Order: sequence, then structure tokens, then C-alpha cells
Amino acid sequence: MKDNTAEKKSFFDRLLDSDVMISILVVILGFIVGTLLIAIVGKNPADMFSSIFDSMFGMARNNGTWNFRYIGETFAYSMPYILCGLAMGLPARVGLFNIGAEGQYIMGMTAAQSVALLVTPFPGLWVFCIIAALIAGSLWGGIVGILKAKYNVSEVVATIMLNYIALYSSRLISFQLPGATTYNTATLPAFSKLTKFLIPTSNLNVGVFFVIIAVAVYYFVINKTKLGFAMRATGFNKNASKCSGISTVKSITTSMLIAGAFAGMAGAIVLLGGAFPKGRIITGMDNYGFMGIAVSLVGNNTAIGNLLAGILFGILKQSQSLMQSRNIPKEITLIIQGLIVVFISLRSGLEIIKQRRNTKKLRKEALSK
Amino acid sequence: MSDYAIEMLNITKTFPGIIANDNITIRVKDNEVHALLGENGAGKSTLMSILFGAYVADNGIIKIFGKEEKIKNPNIATNLGIGMVHQHFKLVHNYTVTENIVLGREPRNKFGILQIGIAEKKVQELSDKYGLMVDPKAKIDDISVGQQQRVEILKTLYSNSKIIIFDEPTAVLTPQEVDELMEIIRKLKKEGKTIILITHKLKEIKAVCDKCSVLRRGKYIDTVDVADVSENELASMMVGRPVKFDITKNPIKRGKVMLDVSHLTVKDHLHVEKVRDLTLQIHKGEILGIAGVDGNGQSELLMGLCGMLPVSSGTIILDGEDITHKTIKQRIEIGLGHVPEDRHKYGMIKEFTLSENAVLKDFYKPKYSTKYKTLNFPLFKEIATQEIEEFDIRTGLGADTVAGSLSGGNQQKAIVAREISLSPKVLLIAQPTRGLDVGAIEFIRKRILEERDKGQAILLVSFELDEIMNLCDRIAAISKGKIVGIFNDGEVNVREIGLMMASSEKNEGEKIEG
Ligand SMILES: Nc1ncnc2c1ncn2[C@@H]1O[C@H](COP(=O)(O)OP(=O)(O)OP(=O)(O)O)[C@@H](O)[C@H]1O
Ligand SMILES: [Mg+2]
Repeated sequence: MKDNTAEKKSFFDRLLDSDVMISILVVILGFIVGTLLIAIVGKNPADMFSSIFDSMFGMARNNGTWNFRYIGETFAYSMPYILCGLAMGLPARVGLFNIGAEGQYIMGMTAAQSVALLVTPFPGLWVFCIIAALIAGSLWGGIVGILKAKYNVSEVVATIMLNYIALYSSRLISFQLPGATTYNTATLPAFSKLTKFLIPTSNLNVGVFFVIIAVAVYYFVINKTKLGFAMRATGFNKNASKCSGISTVKSITTSMLIAGAFAGMAGAIVLLGGAFPKGRIITGMDNYGFMGIAVSLVGNNTAIGNLLAGILFGILKQSQSLMQSRNIPKEITLIIQGLIVVFISLRSGLEIIKQRRNTKKLRKEALSK
Repeated sequence: MSDYAIEMLNITKTFPGIIANDNITIRVKDNEVHALLGENGAGKSTLMSILFGAYVADNGIIKIFGKEEKIKNPNIATNLGIGMVHQHFKLVHNYTVTENIVLGREPRNKFGILQIGIAEKKVQELSDKYGLMVDPKAKIDDISVGQQQRVEILKTLYSNSKIIIFDEPTAVLTPQEVDELMEIIRKLKKEGKTIILITHKLKEIKAVCDKCSVLRRGKYIDTVDVADVSENELASMMVGRPVKFDITKNPIKRGKVMLDVSHLTVKDHLHVEKVRDLTLQIHKGEILGIAGVDGNGQSELLMGLCGMLPVSSGTIILDGEDITHKTIKQRIEIGLGHVPEDRHKYGMIKEFTLSENAVLKDFYKPKYSTKYKTLNFPLFKEIATQEIEEFDIRTGLGADTVAGSLSGGNQQKAIVAREISLSPKVLLIAQPTRGLDVGAIEFIRKRILEERDKGQAILLVSFELDEIMNLCDRIAAISKGKIVGIFNDGEVNVREIGLMMASSEKNEGEKIEG
């Protein structure tokens, strides 16, 4: 306690040792560079931060009152990020690189709108839409899992291909839906929409509960269950797992099935969560699936990490519209996200800093003798 | 110039929960072969990693040829003329020997064009000079483990190392290769090199070393002239008590056949038949040893039996149940235990804690679940703690220690502990005492015999004929994937078995029929 400097130093060392702290540092670093960029192009960084701040806390600048719509939108945007982060994170714990969340998301969305438009509406239809999305997404992910586990097909190649197949299949299927034009289908029945929740002016909806459940399931499966144990073992050392009687085929396939369900649910929530009055005939990818890769990188593939990182990305997305109204190029949020991902990948650089600090400490000790 | 090539003064290094090196001072004279001896986890590898710059000490001074040096990373060590032959080689597999040696410092002409030929010539020269017999153009994949080790030695020679550190070099070698390595070390000494040799084999210390420093639980004990001490004295210095080398075996109580292997054929990953029409039986309460030169199908036999490699033909019957086509998990449940040869690859999950590793094979059983169907981690910990105590596994943080941070020998103990604790009906054991100190070897051998007396059937594969002769009730010599002779304990001596292993066609002794 007396030796203040020593305390601080060990705190900083501990900081470098912890993955959580690294993620936080990296986010801060991303923001610092982002701020500099804004200043360089001659805008006021304060406007950027106020936009972000308002998205987090729901303040309406122009008249000084609270505008909770912003918070609602922030969380609404966060939902697909969090889910897609989980979809990336779970297979990552098993040692797989699932870049297929995008395709799984598309298939989930397509299944949800097919059910919404083809089934005669009845109260509670939305539940079935979500279930359909879960199934479609997990099938799409499961294919990859089986290919990988049984035939050792690279999941990277398989998921990239399946992303495109998903995009075009979605168009093919959606063109067959009632009222299809080039852009969209007939209006989605009210019973298929997710009920607004808490902040009716925003798109915040009951999907939030599903997201919370998904995060909880993720945490529980990974940390508490036999399945999670087997998955982690497989992810660390496939040979030793196999030799110990653990079914690596099962670990891999199940992780992809569950991941697909997460991403599929994201598709349903985006579609039915209020932003789209009609079914969608997509021409490109929404990129939530790809952003999930970034989310899980920042969130370190843990449940809570993914949740927080997803919210961060939601905040950035929501603040885009505020920034535009305040004359800040909204692309800055994408740049910050990009920077964060790059910095995270530079983790090995931090290892070097750690080493430097160790040697410095040593030199000091040697000198003090 | 100072008398000493290496002086490591008051070196201290701590890891979470443990002082790996506690104020250790050792001095090594120029052109000396210096052994470093100590129990598993005594801190030998750590000390040498500090000398090589892989770890930085918390405290202490290193002098090389009398000059104080700060060895912050392996590059600095290399520039100072220090080379290290690691226990786990760091070679790129689809590269040639020469490419591996020059990696990162390729010779180029003035136009920057790679001139591998020059390097090949130099490698050839070095290889000839020290009698290493390595082909500079061979691919790493195509050469034996022993040869790969020589490539590591060549690497240090190529960078003109004056000081060469060997970390348990003989643990991975066959007996013949060990003899050859001893010869190489003598040659290196003759050419003026200073050598530090970490080994648990007292015989090797007696054979080539001048001095021997002993560590115990992180502390420096003493340095002695090897010529002045006996193997027994060395052993008790390191363990802190007298060690018995011979173990007494209770008379065998042979029961029914527990493992019945008939006409087994197994192919390796490249679809080469490595086990051919092999037949053997192991009874309850008996240890059957497989003696043979490495690469004669021992590994594939074990992999076929445990289910990691598919069986091409033949049958495996365990306690009356046909397991030929059963899954690995089913085999384990029926009662098959396995201490694999490659512990890092197959035996454990380095990132997991000891508690998680302790239950790796049976975590799914109902007894490990709480009433809410979640895993009962406290129970894992209990199991691991018991094993740590019983097998004297030296850890920093007890059951919460990450397996990968254990010393090599303690990792081995952890795996053996798990397999024995599962008390299977048939236990397959490969190289059970590889990398263990003499105290631990004594203990593990005793435990294996205890399991035998309890009625387990044990299949033991070892390159150490001593071990086989000491433990086994029957000895089967294997050659080219076949059992070429099978003997009862006492019927043959080491020399005869050695001859048997070498010549596959001579059928001395009773040859067993299916
Ligand atoms: N990277 C690490 N992190 C934490 N603890 C470590 C690490 N490396 C070594 N240790 C601990 O330090 C102690 C000494 O380990 P070291 O590997 O030096 O032993 P050793 O003498 O080489 O033993 P062995 O004969 O079994 O190889 C052990 O208790 C080990 O658990
Ligand atoms: Mg060691």
C-alpha cells in the first residue's frame, strides 16, 4: 500500500495480462485515432462524441430534453450484432472460423418472411417465424459443420460459398412469395411483427428477450455443460480430445448448428423488428454477419464480451444518423470499427510491450543493486 | 578471458504460485560437459531457458566468458554463441534440412539471389566433421526423430555456437541413437565446445559429463565431479533420499485372457501397413512388454487398439467383448486405458487446468453432474487434487494449474495418474517413464506393478529394455509389424532380446500362432 508506484506498475502489468483489458484498451485506442482523424478533416470531435453519448443515454441535444428513442434504437441495432457475434464466437471456441453468419442470417430472414407471408395470420405468428428462422439458420450452419467434421472440408471455403448461395436462394424463394416485386413482397402481417417494447417510438422490440436468452444460453453451454466442455477441449486439441473419447464430430457439428440458429434469429429479428413493413428481396448482404466477426474478436468469444461489444457496435451504428445531422461524416464509425479490429489483431504487438516492460524492470533492479 | 564459459549468478525466477529458480548460482568451465540434474519440476528447463533468452530472470546476473550479458531474447543468445537443442524440435516439416538450418539467414549473392548450394556444402562439412550423418538435402518429413535432433544440433553449429544446451535430448531417442548422441557429444567437446546436458539418465551423466550440478525444488544443491560419485549417490543427491533401482515383483497370478488380438492389420495415415497379421493375448494380472526398434509398428498397434486408427483386418476382443469396430468412447467405457506415446498431441489439453484434464475421459458421467445437470467443477478439482497428492505432481497452483505450464515430467505424471485412476481392465502404456526423474520412475513402476497385482492386464511399449525386463511377465519382440518371438520373464537376457529385435527372420523361442 505504501509503495504507490509499485502498486500502479503491477496494475498496469495486470492490465496487459488480461484479455478483457486488452479489448477495452483497443476500443479506447480506436476512438483516439478516430478523434484525430475527425480533427484532421477539420470537424469538431466534440460533435462526434456528443452523437455517441446521445445514442447511449438518449439525450436530445436540440431541445435539451431526453429522447429515449435513441436508446431504443441503439439496442435495436445491437441485437443482430450480438447474435452474429455469438454465431462467430461459439465455433471459434471449437477452433472453427465461421464466416458464414451472413448466409445463416439470410436464410433465417428468408424463412421468417416465408412463414409470415404464407401462413394465414393468427396471433402469435411471430413465434413461428422465429422458430422457422432458427431452424433455417442452423441447417445452413449445420451443413458446414458436417462437411468439416466428417469430410474435413475447410469451413472457411464452405461458409463463403454458402453465403452466396444463401443470397441467391433468398432471392429465388422471395420472388415466389405473395406480392413480390423487384424490391419487396407484400406487407408483412401485423401478427408476424415483433411487439414494440418499453420505448414505442423506437424499433426496440421483444427480440431483446431472445437476445438475452441467447447470451445466457451461450454462457451456460460453454461454461457449464458437458457439451461445452467437449467443445472447448476440441477447440484446443482435437487429437487429444478424440483420443479421450470425445466426439469431435459432435462438438463441431453442434457448434455450427447453434451458431446458425443465433445468426438465423438475427435475420428474423431484423426483418420482423419493425424496420421493414414488407418482406425483403435482398440485392446484397446486410453485413451483420460479417460484423459479427469483429464483435466476437472484440468480445473475445465470451458471452459477456460479445454482449458488450455488440452494444458498442449498436451505439456506433445509431450514432451515424446523429453525426450526419451534426455534420460529421458518418463513415467515421466504420473507420473506428475497422481500427478496433486491426488493433485487436495486433495483440501480438502488446506481447512485445509486455516483454519490454519485463526487461526494463529487470534492468532497474540490476541498477539498484 | 575467464576460466568460466558460463556463470549464472543468483538467478531467481518465479511463476504464479511457485519459485522455479530460487537464487541459483552455477558456473560452467570452458570446454566442459556439464550435467544438470534434478527432479521433475526442479527448474532445470527454466534455468536453461533463461540462459537461452526464452525467459527473463526476475533477478540475477549472467556472465558469458567473464563478461556480463543481458540475454533478453534468443537472438541475443545466438549472437553470444549459445545454442539450444530443445526437447520439442522447432523444424518446418516440408523444408529440407539445409533450408531449416539457414531459415532467416539464407546465404545470398550480391544480387540478393538465394544460394542454397553454399549452405548445403557448409552443412555437409559440419555434418562430416562431427559425424552426424545427416543428408543436407533430405526433407524433414523423411528423416527419423533422431536425425531431426541432429538437424537441431547442426543449427547451433551453423551459427558457430560455442555453448550448446541440450534439454533432455535422449528422452525421444532409441537406445542406439542414444549411444550415437553420446559419441557426438564427445566429438563436440573435442572440438572445443562447452556443453550443458539436462538428463534424467544417470548412465549418460557417467558416460560423458565432467561435472554435474544438482537442483532440488528450485534450489541449488551442489556441483560434483562426476568421476567422484556413483549413480546411486547422484540419485540420492537429487531426490534427497536413497533410491532403489531394482524393484521386487510379486509372483504372477495370471487370470483369464483380457485382451485377445488376432490377425490384426493396421495401416498408418499414409495407408502403409504397419501392423501385419499380429496376434497376441494378455491375461488378467499380467504385464506384456513389446520390445522393438522404433518404427516397427508399435505406435500403430496402440493406435489401432485404442481406436485412433481403423483396423483393416483381424479382431480385438476385450474381456469377451469384440471391440474391433467400437468407437473410442465405447472402448474406454468397456475398460481400455491408454497412456499415449506423444503426450502433448494425444495425452492432454495443455490449455486446460489439471482438474479439467483429470476428468477428460469421463466428465460426461452422471457422477460429475450436479442435480441441475451442470458440470460439477468442484468435484473435478477434488479428483485432481487427490491425483496430485498421490502421484506427487509438482504444481504452482494445485488443481487449478494450467497443464501446459507444468514441467515435462510432471505432465507425464498427470497423464499416468489419470489413466491409472480410471482403473481400466486393460491398460495400454507407451513409454510410461519417458522424461521422469529416477524417483518418479521408481514410483510409477511400482504403481504399474500394483495395478497388475490388482488384476489389470497391461500392455507396455518401451524403448528401454531395462524397463521391459524389469516390469514385464512376458516379453514380445516386434519387428516389421509382427511379433517375432515371445518369452517368459527370465527366459532371455537383454542381449538376446536386442538380437531378436534386430533380426526379424530368425525365430528363436516359441513363435505364437493365432
Ligand atoms: N511458463 C510457465 N508458467 C507457469 N509455471 C511454469 C512455467 N514454466 C515452468 N513452470 C513451473 O516451474 C517449475 C519448474 O519447471 P521446469 O520446466 O523448469 O522443470 P524441470 O526441472 O525442467 O522439470 P522436468 O524434468 O520435469 O522437465 C515447475 O513447477 C513448473 O510448473
Ligand atoms: Mg524440463
